[in-house]
Amino acid sequence: MEHTSLIERILRAVALALVVVFFMFPLLWIFLMSFQTNETILSIPPELFFTPTLQNYTALITGKLTSAAGTLDIAFMRNLWNSVFLSVTSVAVSLLLGVPAAYAFARHKFRGSEDIAFTLLSFRFAPPLLVLLPLTLYFQQLGLANTYFGLVWVYQLICLPLILWIVRGYFEDISADVEYAYRIAGHSWFATFRKIALPLAGPGIAAAGLLAFIFAWNNFVFALVLASADKQPVTVGALAFVTASGIQYGQIAAAIVLSIAPTLALALYAQRYLVEGLSLGAVKG
Amino acid sequence: MATLELHNIVKRFKDNTVLDDVSLTVNDGEILVLFGPSGAGKTVLLRLIAGVLDADAGRIVIDGEDMTGVDAEFRGVGMAFQNFALFPHMDAFANIATPLEARKAPRDAVKAGVESVARLLKIDHVLTHRPRALSNGQKQRTALARALVGSPPVLLLDDPLRNVDAKLRFEMRLELPRLLADRGATVIYVTQDYKEAMALGDRIAVMGQAGIRQLGTPEEIYLQPAGLEIARLFGDPTINLLDVRPSRDGQGIHVALSGTRVELPAAMEPSVGRACVAGLRPETLRFVKAGTKGAVPVTIEAETPLNEKTVTLVRTRGGREILVSRPAGTPGPDHGEAFLDIDAGGVLMFDKASGERLAAGGPAAPRKRATA
Repeated sequence: MEHTSLIERILRAVALALVVVFFMFPLLWIFLMSFQTNETILSIPPELFFTPTLQNYTALITGKLTSAAGTLDIAFMRNLWNSVFLSVTSVAVSLLLGVPAAYAFARHKFRGSEDIAFTLLSFRFAPPLLVLLPLTLYFQQLGLANTYFGLVWVYQLICLPLILWIVRGYFEDISADVEYAYRIAGHSWFATFRKIALPLAGPGIAAAGLLAFIFAWNNFVFALVLASADKQPVTVGALAFVTASGIQYGQIAAAIVLSIAPTLALALYAQRYLVEGLSLGAVKG
Repeated sequence: MATLELHNIVKRFKDNTVLDDVSLTVNDGEILVLFGPSGAGKTVLLRLIAGVLDADAGRIVIDGEDMTGVDAEFRGVGMAFQNFALFPHMDAFANIATPLEARKAPRDAVKAGVESVARLLKIDHVLTHRPRALSNGQKQRTALARALVGSPPVLLLDDPLRNVDAKLRFEMRLELPRLLADRGATVIYVTQDYKEAMALGDRIAVMGQAGIRQLGTPEEIYLQPAGLEIARLFGDPTINLLDVRPSRDGQGIHVALSGTRVELPAAMEPSVGRACVAGLRPETLRFVKAGTKGAVPVTIEAETPLNEKTVTLVRTRGGREILVSRPAGTPGPDHGEAFLDIDAGGVLMFDKASGERLAAGGPAAPRKRATA
């Protein structure tokens, strides 16, 4: 192992601490804000020591927002559920479509395969707002506006290319000989896909799924334009806290804490697989 | 059991023709060795037979059945890969069991089959290990066990000893012939090691650029190589190659080596007056006493023991270096001046331009095409 002097180690610790503080500070501040009332949040100078209150959370969970101007109904829990439903369904659909497609692109070079794969990738760098305007018109005509079906469909623009391209790389990294060996042993191509390719690309698929989930969860603009109140995810739903009587910072903070909790929990749980999955392709055997 | 026939196989990758019109018949129960340098298309040929690649032209017939368009899983071949190609997420038992499971064999039959072949290959104690936890030798045996377990009528072994250590390679070279003979399968064995080829093959097909250069028994390949390249590939130490131009006078055909006249048999007639390369196997050369008729004077440069042989590097007066080998432990000079006797019957004569062997008693040898 490398030898480091004491000073070097101290400096390194300080540098690390600075980086952590820099990146974590907004989150920490939001976390603290979520336990404060609007008054304490807006007081100048900000108070580091305050009496924590759970009123923001109770307001969100009960759906009753009490402010100076009276009581307001907010659909935060509904939004949270929408977020979960939309993200999970979108990722599931993407995996269902993207993983077999990725396998096909990885294993079979057919006419135009590269072009098709690249076209799918290009969805990722089309500006969403540019796509949205015509899409809105179509969706209204087709009756898909403000439906879960339509939203999940549009979310494929986010999830499918991501999953396709990440998973394709993992399939390509599996030695073709291993699959040949299974075929020669007497198994069909589908059994080979199921029993060899899928398990071996498993960590990569999990990593791609998780990334897609995070992207879907954080999506704002698609849902903003294409969904109305009862179908909106938390990202859009948070707008409701900008009320006529002022911005409800406390509730916004609590909403943020609640809405990053699921992705955070998922990421922490899957971290092991994520690191393994994302680094697997980097080291060729 | 089965005969395997290849008819006019052509395989191209983009513009690169890897196999050009290859035909070959492997008899029932025969072990045919495909021998050749890397890039000669040996592995590609195996993959075509296994059905994981498709030929651009030609037919593959196994046991009388045309395999064109038949998927790999229906061809009834077993294959061991050079890189083992074990399934990393399954333990050795599951790896070996895959061919039996594919036929929906009952569980106890699978167990019995795997265990018997594992015992045979001495890997029964590591059946619960994943490939990652196996040594190279055990991986190789697991791969071999997987190829053998279903008793396929045709076995394709793609250089299975390439990635194992020298000791194991030596052991397996001794064990494999018996093992394969017991199975009675028709075997194609790919290797780049001429000793393996000689030890295992009933016949050897030497692959060159895009096709089979020579097909014959190990003895034929060694004693009557079709060309310079093949002569060079077989034999350790390698054959001595000397540029000569044989000539004829009243006493017969001869060449001059270091000013000494070396008589050649009358069958060397086609070489007269041509630029030729004479191939002298190191073991056909003998040190003799000074003054022996036809002996070539040389200076001994170095002596090296090589397994069961002693190899001596000598230099002729003309400055050419020649290797001489003799069984280890037999007497011979190790320094200074010496004399070499050349066994004229053992001289292989090749045309310098084409590299073809100038066959005894006839015009230039026709290229032996691989139809047996």
